[in-house]
Amino acid sequence: MEWIVALVIGVMTASGVYLVLRARTFPVVLGLTLLSYAVNVFLFTMGRLQVGQAAIISPDATAYTDPLPQALVLTAIVIAFGMTAFLIVLALKARSELGNDHVDGLHYVAEEQAVKSRQKAGD
Amino acid sequence: MSSVWPVLPVLLPLIGGIALLFCRLGGLQLQRSVSLLFTAGLIILTLKTLSVAVTEGHQVYLLGNWLAPFGIVLVLDQLSALMVLLTALLSMFALLYAIAQDTDKQGEDFHTLFQIQLFGLNGAFLTGDLFNLFVFFEVLLLASYGLLLHGGGRLRTKGGLHYVVINLVGSSLFLFAVGTLYGVLGTLNMADLADKMATVSADDQGIVAAAALLLLVVFGIKAAIFPLYLWLPGAYANTSAAVAALFAIMTKVGLYAIIRVHGTLFGEQAGPLAGLHTDLLLWLGMLTLILAVFGVFAARSLKEQAAFLILASVATLLVGIGIDNSAALSASLYYLVHSTLIGGAMFLLADLVARGRGSYADKLRSAPAMARAIMMGSLFLVSAIAIAGMPPLSGFFGKVLILDSAIGHPLQSWIFTAVLLGSLLMMIALARSGSILFYQVNEESNNDGGTINTKATAVMISLLLLSPLLVVAAGPVTALTEQIAQQLADSQSYINAVLSQSAVTGK
Repeated sequence: MEWIVALVIGVMTASGVYLVLRARTFPVVLGLTLLSYAVNVFLFTMGRLQVGQAAIISPDATAYTDPLPQALVLTAIVIAFGMTAFLIVLALKARSELGNDHVDGLHYVAEEQAVKSRQKAGD
Repeated sequence: MSSVWPVLPVLLPLIGGIALLFCRLGGLQLQRSVSLLFTAGLIILTLKTLSVAVTEGHQVYLLGNWLAPFGIVLVLDQLSALMVLLTALLSMFALLYAIAQDTDKQGEDFHTLFQIQLFGLNGAFLTGDLFNLFVFFEVLLLASYGLLLHGGGRLRTKGGLHYVVINLVGSSLFLFAVGTLYGVLGTLNMADLADKMATVSADDQGIVAAAALLLLVVFGIKAAIFPLYLWLPGAYANTSAAVAALFAIMTKVGLYAIIRVHGTLFGEQAGPLAGLHTDLLLWLGMLTLILAVFGVFAARSLKEQAAFLILASVATLLVGIGIDNSAALSASLYYLVHSTLIGGAMFLLADLVARGRGSYADKLRSAPAMARAIMMGSLFLVSAIAIAGMPPLSGFFGKVLILDSAIGHPLQSWIFTAVLLGSLLMMIALARSGSILFYQVNEESNNDGGTINTKATAVMISLLLLSPLLVVAAGPVTALTEQIAQQLADSQSYINAVLSQSAVTGK
């Protein structure tokens, strides 16, 4: 089972990294989301893979699973969720203010400044 | 007995932030007064926590009364007390400036975000748990995203987008590193991690070292170390001056985290893994310093130049941490206090200049003379002397102390060359921008800038006055930083203080 989980984490991380390096904001947002999924599964497996074991101490339990990674993953999910929502809003704001959805939205600004300075020179 | 001192500086701004949400109904004036009240309260509180930390040693607070290493602990030692006090001081000036220039009128909830920013910063300085450090990083980052974008504007949005994306990537890496450390060592408490570091089996040492270096990358993004600094100039140069001044402490959070996490985990007790980061930091520091100085030269506006000067100060501090002896750490802490305050003052000055020059803003081009040009020019001269590290101001003392501690280091000649060459080039670049801004007056057109805002200028001058004050008080301040460096070198006492903390029994 370990190798399947390891493969899943690896593929998600690789896809996430690829998407984060793209030039437009939406793939970057998707990439960050994939990265956070990969991180969550990774954190989860760091408590070792156990199936059907109790996390809370009880007299009937014979073996336990580690509850701490579950708490960590829960926190990480909430934070990643909030951050993704913020990033999507920011990407939309950048799209409307910069006039394009390039992460490095400078092209448009530089072009406009060039036009402005040409106009000034014309005056 | 669990001490309450570590938790109070975290709680106060949190309560302030929530209280300010309710003050929205009372209008801006009420919000300003409440925000000032809480920030002033934080200064008084942090002064008290510093005196407690100095006289009574490590203070540990067990959250939820769970014993370390099972629960989360907040730890107050002299270093965290100094950082919290520095944050409170800087934030007071940033807040006064924001009020004087009406920065808080440009959008909603400036003051709430400001207090939550302080909450995140203080939490990051006081926590003793690696995962909790991640949570506080996210708190301070989310507040900083809000503050950075406050007021809007397209360049601000663009710089902000880069800042947010790189920090989100950093957060993912942080979690990978935390997960790896937990998987190998089974704990996240920093004291417990440090305690178990010596028992790591030879097979796992490579994994732990990889996790540690991954953490270094994360803190390197926060601190803006080469090659992870490219987001900083764009983000800092385009935000409002008060926010940029407050952000002078943000890069220092990354440096603090390196001192705290790597210094504690990979101290002398770590066995074969001890000190795996120090040589790397020294080289990266020197490289960052030279590139930052090139940036200072190439900057097209005064704010951009101030952003690169912040970067240069971070690099100098990295060199100090990388020298890795007690004297160097003490010197670095002195320089850290200086560079945070004066870096902040530089952003405020750049904003005053930009407002005085009207449509020319702070671009390094010749323009009509601004109002009160002689006073502004003199302020620029004093700031430049302080930040470039010339006598008689505090930057000089910080650099001399760092260089003094480097004598005898195997890389001594490299360190001297990098720091001194960096200072010289910085001075030339600052002299150049000073002469463009204040000497090369363009008489053809009229100045369309506003008059000088007296209140804002007074705030900037009082922040700048802390530099001569740091020189006058150099004796007590260096005595304190030496004591801090000694306490940090003795990581065993930190481990003992945290792990031997007993819970409150409730009877």
